[in-house]
Amino acid sequence: MASTARERKAASGFRISRKALPYVLSLPALLVCIGILVPFLSAVVYSFQRYRLSQPWARQFNWGDNYINFMTDPGFWNTLKVSLIYAGTTVTLELILGLGIALLLQRRSTVNNFVSIMLLMPLMTAPALAALMWKLMTNPGFGILSYFASLIGLEDFRWASSPSSALFTVVLVDIWVYTPFIMILLLAGLRSLPTQPFEAAALDGVPRTFVFFRITLPMLTPYILTATLFRLLDSIQQFDIIYAMTQGGPGDTLTVFQVEAYLNFFQSTNVGRSAALMVILWAITYFLSNVFIKHWLRLRERARGES
Amino acid sequence: METTSTFEKIFRGTALLLIVLFFMFPILWIFLMSFQTNETILRIPPSVVFTPTFENYQALITGKLTSAAGTLDIAFMRNLGNSVFLSVASVAVALVLGVPAAYAFARHKFRGSEDIAFTLLSFRFAPPLLVLLPLTQYFQWLGLADTYFGLIWVYQLICLPLILWIVRGYFEDISADVEYAYRIAGHSWFATFRKIALPLAGPGIAAAGLLAFIFAWNNFVFALVLASADKQPVTVGALAFVTASGIQYGQIAAAIVLSITPTLAIALYAQRYLVEGLSLGAVKG
Repeated sequence: MASTARERKAASGFRISRKALPYVLSLPALLVCIGILVPFLSAVVYSFQRYRLSQPWARQFNWGDNYINFMTDPGFWNTLKVSLIYAGTTVTLELILGLGIALLLQRRSTVNNFVSIMLLMPLMTAPALAALMWKLMTNPGFGILSYFASLIGLEDFRWASSPSSALFTVVLVDIWVYTPFIMILLLAGLRSLPTQPFEAAALDGVPRTFVFFRITLPMLTPYILTATLFRLLDSIQQFDIIYAMTQGGPGDTLTVFQVEAYLNFFQSTNVGRSAALMVILWAITYFLSNVFIKHWLRLRERARGES
Repeated sequence: METTSTFEKIFRGTALLLIVLFFMFPILWIFLMSFQTNETILRIPPSVVFTPTFENYQALITGKLTSAAGTLDIAFMRNLGNSVFLSVASVAVALVLGVPAAYAFARHKFRGSEDIAFTLLSFRFAPPLLVLLPLTQYFQWLGLADTYFGLIWVYQLICLPLILWIVRGYFEDISADVEYAYRIAGHSWFATFRKIALPLAGPGIAAAGLLAFIFAWNNFVFALVLASADKQPVTVGALAFVTASGIQYGQIAAAIVLSITPTLAIALYAQRYLVEGLSLGAVKG
């Protein structure tokens, strides 16, 4: 009898700790992150204030003024335009390139594996340092790329320091760093596709363009969506490459959201405008990440199911 | 299975060559530059023929840059040390906090578990400056401004979601039956976690840690906003170094090489896990 009582006691103790256990385990991680939610709320409050670090006495709520002013503020529309162009161009080009490279490397062979490992290098380089590397290579005095440009007749091509080519240059650096990201995700996707449909198509002598558009592409779609949304979320927030390369310049050529918010905060000390910009960017990314998380979850389920 | 024509072979070969050239050239070029003096760097046309010199690395390591204009102090080794310390400490903290949480999310479906997991995940996608700008003021009030502690805390924004979501996947891959069997044999929850779950998920946890290290090392914006010169990691330090040293291109190249070597080495070592890590567990490699 004594033993069963002890067992029952142990069992009940077990049940209580079992209920509380997951909370106890995840609480520390959560607490650390809750500390982050406070500044997030402050940023929202700031965005409804007239708040300049240079005039702290004049700080007061102006409610929607920061946002309403954006409507007539060419600077804001420029920021929105540049951010969208930057994100759109980089993600589209990286997707096309990444898919192309993944298809080239699809078959497992020593050379292909070696190339795919080589391509990881740019992705593992800190984007800010990658920007510095390209800055050295595009230096008008001795940069190798400036030299190449002069060889093909582009004398005095000024890369990031000219308003006409600054966007091209940072997009190029972004492509250099992030195309491998899309490539390795799509390569993993391609290699995980079932082989039967392809074998059947080969037996029937189906043309390869047909196989690509009707079999490969549809089966790869979840991977493409995941890679695209991942990149889109990062690209619309790009800061490192642009700031390290040109600090948003020349002029306001490259003042994407985060760069503009940074400059507003630290140079013009206009906290209210800076916060409002960040809240708008957050709204965009929130929308995107909700779409993203749905696809991502489905893919994750599938990956777990197959393993 | 499929016939490869000569044309296709040539096309594939050329394409691969161009791809490798485009993606490897910058690293190779900067690497070569780091062994050159300014005179050979500034030659026109540029050439790959030069007598290698270790002067640049020597200057960085000793912290003294001697030029015609005089001696310049470089704090680059300090930046390198900061990077190592910040990344290692951040990953250690993230592992201690994240691995138990990941285990909880993988093994127990409890009230709000998915909400909490997604809240953590959403930090990965929120614009960092949204949090960082108000945080500069909070850190002033809390006395955390320009401290390693404050930086390591903020670095959890990148490290924790990564660790949590990848390690969760590895725990989910372990059959719960093994753990039940061990528990039925009379072992406590903690013993099961330590003796069964941790060793089985060990390689995955190690890989997640290495990836988190890479992300922490490569981060730029957190330290740019929150750290002053003596706490800055290499990403911010290298940028400041460019401004300060002006035309010492060889040293800049050497500094970049030293800054990217650790992450490249780790990436080579852990490449098997990179796909899964980069997609936060959505795609299996």
